[in-house]
Amino acid sequence: MNGTTIQAPTIEYALLSPMLLVFGAAIIGVLVEAFAPRYLRKSIHVPLTLLALVGAFVTTILTALNGLPTVAAAMGAVAVDGPSLFIWGVILILAFICTLLINDDDQFVAQAAAVPGSVDEEEAVRHGYAQTEVYPLMLFSVGGMLLFAASNDLLVMFVALEVMSLPLYLLCGLARRRRLLSQEASVKYFLLGAFSSAFFLYGMALVYGYAGSVDLKTISTAISSVSGQEPLLLIGTAMLGVGLLFKIGAAPFQAWKPDVYQGAPTAVTALMASTVLVAAFGAVLRVFWVALGGYEWNWQPLMWGVAILTMIVGAILAITQTDIKRMLAYSSIAHGGFLLTGVIAIGTIKQDQQALSAILFYLAAYGFTTVGAFAVVTMVRDAGGEAGHLSRWAGLGKRSPVLAGIFAFFLLAFAGIPLTSGFFAKYAVFAAAISGGALPLVIVGAVSSAIAAFFYVRVIVLMFFSEPAADGPTIAAPTVGTSAVVALAAAATVVLGVFPQPVLDLADQAASALFIR
Amino acid sequence: MPWLSTLMAVPVLGAVGVSLVKSDKLAKQLALAISLVVLVLTGVLAAQFNPTSGTRFQFAEVYDWIPRFGVHYGVGVDGIALVLIALSVVLVPIVILASWHDADGTGANAPPKRSVKTYFALLLVLEAMMIGVFASTDVFLFYVFFEAMLIPMYFMIGSYGGAQRSYAAVKFLLYSLFGGLLMLVAVIALYVIAEKGTFMFPELIGAIQDPTTQKWLFAGFFIAFAVKAPLWPFHTWLPDAAAQAPAGAAVLLVGVLDKVGTYGMLRFCLELFPDASKFFTPLVIVLSVVGIIYGAIVAIGQTDIKRLIAYTSISHFGFIAMGVFAMTANAGAGATLYMVNHGFSTGSLFLIAGFLIYRRGSSQIADYGGVQKVAPVLAGTFLIAGLSSLSLPGLSSFVSEFMVLIGTYEIHPVPAIIATTGVILAAVYVLWMYQRMMTGPTAESVKLFPDLDIREKWVVAPLIAVIIAVGFFPKPLLDVINPAVDKTLSTVQVDQFTPAVADKKGAGQ
Repeated sequence: MNGTTIQAPTIEYALLSPMLLVFGAAIIGVLVEAFAPRYLRKSIHVPLTLLALVGAFVTTILTALNGLPTVAAAMGAVAVDGPSLFIWGVILILAFICTLLINDDDQFVAQAAAVPGSVDEEEAVRHGYAQTEVYPLMLFSVGGMLLFAASNDLLVMFVALEVMSLPLYLLCGLARRRRLLSQEASVKYFLLGAFSSAFFLYGMALVYGYAGSVDLKTISTAISSVSGQEPLLLIGTAMLGVGLLFKIGAAPFQAWKPDVYQGAPTAVTALMASTVLVAAFGAVLRVFWVALGGYEWNWQPLMWGVAILTMIVGAILAITQTDIKRMLAYSSIAHGGFLLTGVIAIGTIKQDQQALSAILFYLAAYGFTTVGAFAVVTMVRDAGGEAGHLSRWAGLGKRSPVLAGIFAFFLLAFAGIPLTSGFFAKYAVFAAAISGGALPLVIVGAVSSAIAAFFYVRVIVLMFFSEPAADGPTIAAPTVGTSAVVALAAAATVVLGVFPQPVLDLADQAASALFIR
Repeated sequence: MPWLSTLMAVPVLGAVGVSLVKSDKLAKQLALAISLVVLVLTGVLAAQFNPTSGTRFQFAEVYDWIPRFGVHYGVGVDGIALVLIALSVVLVPIVILASWHDADGTGANAPPKRSVKTYFALLLVLEAMMIGVFASTDVFLFYVFFEAMLIPMYFMIGSYGGAQRSYAAVKFLLYSLFGGLLMLVAVIALYVIAEKGTFMFPELIGAIQDPTTQKWLFAGFFIAFAVKAPLWPFHTWLPDAAAQAPAGAAVLLVGVLDKVGTYGMLRFCLELFPDASKFFTPLVIVLSVVGIIYGAIVAIGQTDIKRLIAYTSISHFGFIAMGVFAMTANAGAGATLYMVNHGFSTGSLFLIAGFLIYRRGSSQIADYGGVQKVAPVLAGTFLIAGLSSLSLPGLSSFVSEFMVLIGTYEIHPVPAIIATTGVILAAVYVLWMYQRMMTGPTAESVKLFPDLDIREKWVVAPLIAVIIAVGFFPKPLLDVINPAVDKTLSTVQVDQFTPAVADKKGAGQ
C-alpha cells in the first residue's frame, strides 16, 4: 500500500542445483520430443539423461563437501541437510543405473496409444516406433523424488509426491509385452495413488487447522505449545501416515505393490522398488521425526502395529507367489517393514542419529540389490517376453550358472545372510531398534526374516537343484547396459557386505546433524 | 606370522584355484593337496601351542573390521578351539579322498553328474569357515561364520545329495537360519546392553550382570546352538540332512558343523551368561538325557544306514551337552574330547556307509547281508568304527563318555545314571546293524562286492588309527583341553560357588 515492497524470496540456487539440473534436463527432454526427428530422439535422450543424473550427483557431492547448511533453503521450503544429501546421492546413483536398464531395447511399447492387438499397434511396431518419452518422464519422477525427500513443508511435499508419482503411473503402463496387464497395473496404481494422495492432502489440511502452518518446524513447535485441538492433530497425523505408508507399501496399504510391480516394465519396477522406496522413507522420516517428533507416543504404537503387520504380511504372502516379480514385490514389502523398525526407534539425539544412519545404510544397500535382482529378471526370457513364472526358472543354474549364481547371491542378500550387504543393513536397523527399546519388534523381524528366507531359498532350490524344463527360457544375451547394471549391483552387494565401514561412516556423517528444521 | 589367517586363506585361495582349473581330475588333486597343506600348517601351529601359558587365546590377531559396530576381525585359539580345528583339518582331506567319485555320477544309482570342481571348491570354502568359526574371538565374527557356513553346506546337500536332497537342504537351512536369527537378536542385544562398544569375547565376559537379561540372552544363543547341535527336540532336520547329504558332506555336517553348537554352548553360553546357565542347567540336562535315550531308541528302529548314524549322533550330542552343562572339570573336558572323538568315530561310520552305498546303490539296511565274507576289511573297519561309537573301552569314545558320566555324576547323579542306559542302547543299535548287514548268509546283491580299494583304505586307515590311539592314550589331547576347560569353568563359577572371589571382585569395584 504505502510503498511496502514485497520481499523477493531468496532461493539458494547452488543448494538446489541437483534438482534444478534434473528438472531442467526433463524439460529439455520434452522439447526434444517435440522438435527432434523420431530417429534421433533416443540418441539425444540417453546421453542427456545420464549427463543430467551425473551432473546432479556431482553437485550433490560438492554441496556435501562445502559443509552442511544449517537452515532450510528456499524460504524454509526445502531442507538440504545431511540425510537429504545422502538420499539424493543414493537416488541419483540408482536412477543412473536404472537408466542403463531402461535404455535396454524391447522393454517399452512402440506406441502407448495404440490399442493392444490392434492394427495400429502392428503398424507402430513395423515402423519401429518407440515411446522415447520414458526418459523425460523418468527424469521428472526422479526430480520429484529428490524434492519429496527434502521437502521441509507439507505443501511442497505434496507437490513433490505428485511430481514423483504421475510420471510413474504413466511409465507403468508402457510395457511392450502383456500390455493389458501393464495397463491394468497403471490404472490400479493411479487410482490407489490418487486416493492416497487425497488422504495426504486432507491430513495436511487437518494438521494445518491444528498448527496454523504447513511448515514442519512450526508444526513441531505447535505440538509442544498448542492445546485443546488434539483431535485435529490426531486425525491429521493418521491421514498423513496413510498417504506416506502407501508409497512405502506398508501393510495394510500394500495391495498395489505386487500388481504394479508385476505389470510394469521391469526396468520401471526396478526404479520404483529402489528409488521410490528411498525417497518415500526420506519423507516419512521428515514428517514423523521433524514435524511429529514431539508427538511420538501417539504415533509410535500405531507404527509398531504397522511395522509388525508389514513384516509378517510381506513374508507370509511372498511364500504363496508363483511369479518372480510378485515375489520380489512382497519381499520389498517385508523390507519396508524392517525399515519401519528403524523409524520407530526414535529417542534421544544419539539414538536418533544411530537409527537414522541405520536407515540410510539400509536404503543404500537394499536399493542396489533390488535393481540388480530386477535386472536379472529382465534377462530371463522366453518367447512371450520375460519368463515371470517361477516354474520357468527351474534349472537355470545349469543353463547359466553365472547369472543364476549372481541372482542367488542377491536373494541371499535379501535374506540377510552374513557377508552380503543385506546382513549389515538388517543388523544396523535391528541394533538401532533394540537400543531404542523395540526388542519385541526385532524378534518379530527376526522371525519374519526366517520366514522370508524360505521363499528366497525356494528360488535357489529351483534354479540349482531342479532339472531344467525342456522348453525353458533362454538367457537373453545381455546388452552392455544390463551387464553393467548387474555387475554394479553385485559389486555393491559384496562390498557393502564385506567392508561396509566407509558407507557406514558416510551415513553416520549424514546423520550426525540430524534433520535441519 | 598370522597363523590362523593363513590357515583360512589357504583353503579360500585353494577353492578359487580349484574352480578355475580345467580338468576335474586336476581339481580333485589340487583340493587334496591344499587340504594337506592346511593339515601340515595346523600341525606346525599345534606344535607351538602352549597349553599352560598364561595367555588364554594364542596366535591372536585382532584388527578392526567395522569400527562403527565394534566388530573386529579377532581370531585366536585356546585348547578347546585348537582340538576342534585339528578335528576339522584332519577330516577334510579324508573327506576329499572319500568323495573322489561323489560328484562324478558313477556308481550304482548315483545322482547324476554334477560339477566336480564346484563340489571340491565348496569343501575348501567350508574348511576355511570351520577354522574361522572355532578361531573367532569376536562374538560377531563368530556369528558371521556360524551363518555363512550354512551356505556351502546347503549347496553340497542340495546339489550333490540323494533323492530327497532339495527337501533336506531347505529344511537344514531354514532350521539353522531360524535359530541363527534368534541368536542375531541376542547378539545385538548383548552389544547394546553391555555398552562396551566392542564385540571382543574376552571383554564381554561378565558384562551382563542382570539375571533376567542374562536369561533372555542365554535363550537366544542357546536355541541357536541347540538347533545346530542338535538337541532334542530341535533335531528333526538332522536325520534328513545327514541321510540325503553325500557321505563326505554328512561327515563334515555331523562331525564338525554340529560341534559348533556344543562348542558355542561351552564357550559363549557358559561364559557370557554364567548365572543364566546355572539357572537353565536342570532344563538342559533333562533335554540332554531325553535326547540320549530318544536318539538311541529311534536309532534302533531305523532301516536306513545314514539315518541310523544320524540318530546315534543325536544321542551322542546329548552326552556332550550334558557334559558341558554339568560344569565340572571332568565333564567339561570329557565333553570337549567327546566332540573330537565323535567326529572321528561317526565320520568313519558315515564314510564306510558311503562306500557300501556306492557299491550297492541303496542305503537300506535290509538290502545288505553277509558283507563280511566278501569284503572283510570293509566289514572289519565298520565294526571298529561302530564299537568306538558304542564306547568300547580301548577305543576313543569310551574315554570321553566315561569322563562325561563321571563328571556329571559328581553333581547330578540321577541324570548320569539314567544316561548310562544310553550306553547299553548304543550296543543294541550298533551291533544289531552290524549283524544285519555284515553277518549271515551273503545276500545276492552283495556277492560281487569288491573289498576296500587303495584309496578307500587310505580314507579309513587314519580314522581307525586315531580312534585306537586316542582310546589308549588320550593324554596329549587332554593336556591341551584341560587348562582351557578349567579356565572356562573358573569364569563360570566366579559369582556362583566361591563367595570369597565374588567379595574380592566387589571390593575391587
